[in-house]
Amino acid sequence: MSRTEIICENIYKSFSGIPVFKNLSFRISTSESLSITGKNGSGKSTLIKILANLIHSTKGKISILENGSDIPDEKRFYRTGLISPYLNLYDELTGYENLAFFYELKSRNKDLEEQVGLVLERTGLHEKRNELVKNYSSGMKQKLKIAFAIMTQPEILLMDEPRTNLDKQGIELIQKISDEQKNKGILIVATNEDSDKRLCDNSINIEDYK
Amino acid sequence: MTDLFRTSVIVFKKDFKSELRTRYVINSLVMFVLVTISIIRFSLGAEKTENEILAGLLWIAIFFSASSGLSRTFIKEEEKETATALKLSADASGIYLGKLMFNLVLTFSMTLVIIILFILINDYEIKNPAGFILVVSLGNLGLVSASTIVAAIISKANSKGTLYPVLSFPVLLPLLITVINATKLASAGISTDKLGGELMILISYMVVVTTASLLLFRFVWED
Repeated sequence: MSRTEIICENIYKSFSGIPVFKNLSFRISTSESLSITGKNGSGKSTLIKILANLIHSTKGKISILENGSDIPDEKRFYRTGLISPYLNLYDELTGYENLAFFYELKSRNKDLEEQVGLVLERTGLHEKRNELVKNYSSGMKQKLKIAFAIMTQPEILLMDEPRTNLDKQGIELIQKISDEQKNKGILIVATNEDSDKRLCDNSINIEDYK
Repeated sequence: MTDLFRTSVIVFKKDFKSELRTRYVINSLVMFVLVTISIIRFSLGAEKTENEILAGLLWIAIFFSASSGLSRTFIKEEEKETATALKLSADASGIYLGKLMFNLVLTFSMTLVIIILFILINDYEIKNPAGFILVVSLGNLGLVSASTIVAAIISKANSKGTLYPVLSFPVLLPLLITVINATKLASAGISTDKLGGELMILISYMVVVTTASLLLFRFVWED
């Protein structure tokens, strides 16, 4: 099994000169998990976006190492899965078409039908696989986002408020996925829910870095 | 290279399927083409208009119709917040090429319709069809190359709708001047050999803009 490591060194992020957080450093590797806590607007989602390489930090360095070798910025998306409220899938495509499109883009394996079928089964969306996403309920859309994040079995799984709109089965699914991820990769959860914090072994409060 | 082409084809196919279902771009393009051609027809009246003027009007119709539709491919991704999923799934260059391919198909189809309408409604006469097709094709390639990167830039701005013509005009000005002149010459029956200078400018423009766009797109796409 390959060993992945995320090293954050003195991360500083500001918007229009106003600092969100500064001097944030941590290190996390395979089989470890981290919860990021802090009140609304404290910068949890901003940190998740930086870790997902969606935005860049103003100062500081983030390295992702695989077996000691640095992964270049433009290749990081292959190893990252993200569940978040600011990520949407295509309303005009069906659940299956959405996952098939993203799986084809992201994975070089030729097992599209099998993997997409498995992940749809797992998230309980198999029966609605051929329905347009615009007709999905908000809970079903959240489950589709979970399917999107885990279908390529990424080494790094980032979850931002993962329980949003989920029913009891959905919450159990999040717990199972978190446990699995902790065994094979890195799990980082941005949350204020105590039950989400319990999913992780370590925690940082972003308000300590103001 | 194979990965880049593979990604662009997958993105193109998805955009095509999405467009057929939502008609997000096609509807605005069709309406814009009809309105522009109608205004041109009404303003020209019953008099026979010279081919030189019609060549210029043809590119006015193509430019403004394209500006109503080409910017939508990136704006839609940002407005619907699907850009994040796309950023997490593919390399930026592949996405740019996929969008470029989609805009090319759209612009070539739109241009074909505009030319047919021009011939039918305005009695537009093309005396050197081979040269005309070559000039219009190269003009379209340049227009789409520049428009696609401008569309990506404005998709990040707040005033998306109004910004496109303002930002694209200076970038497209050298192309428009050359392509309008070359279209006039081809319509007047000047042989393709004598269009060499204009054709070289059009090819150079397309190559430079596409290469620069491919290199710069990552910085636009990744905030």
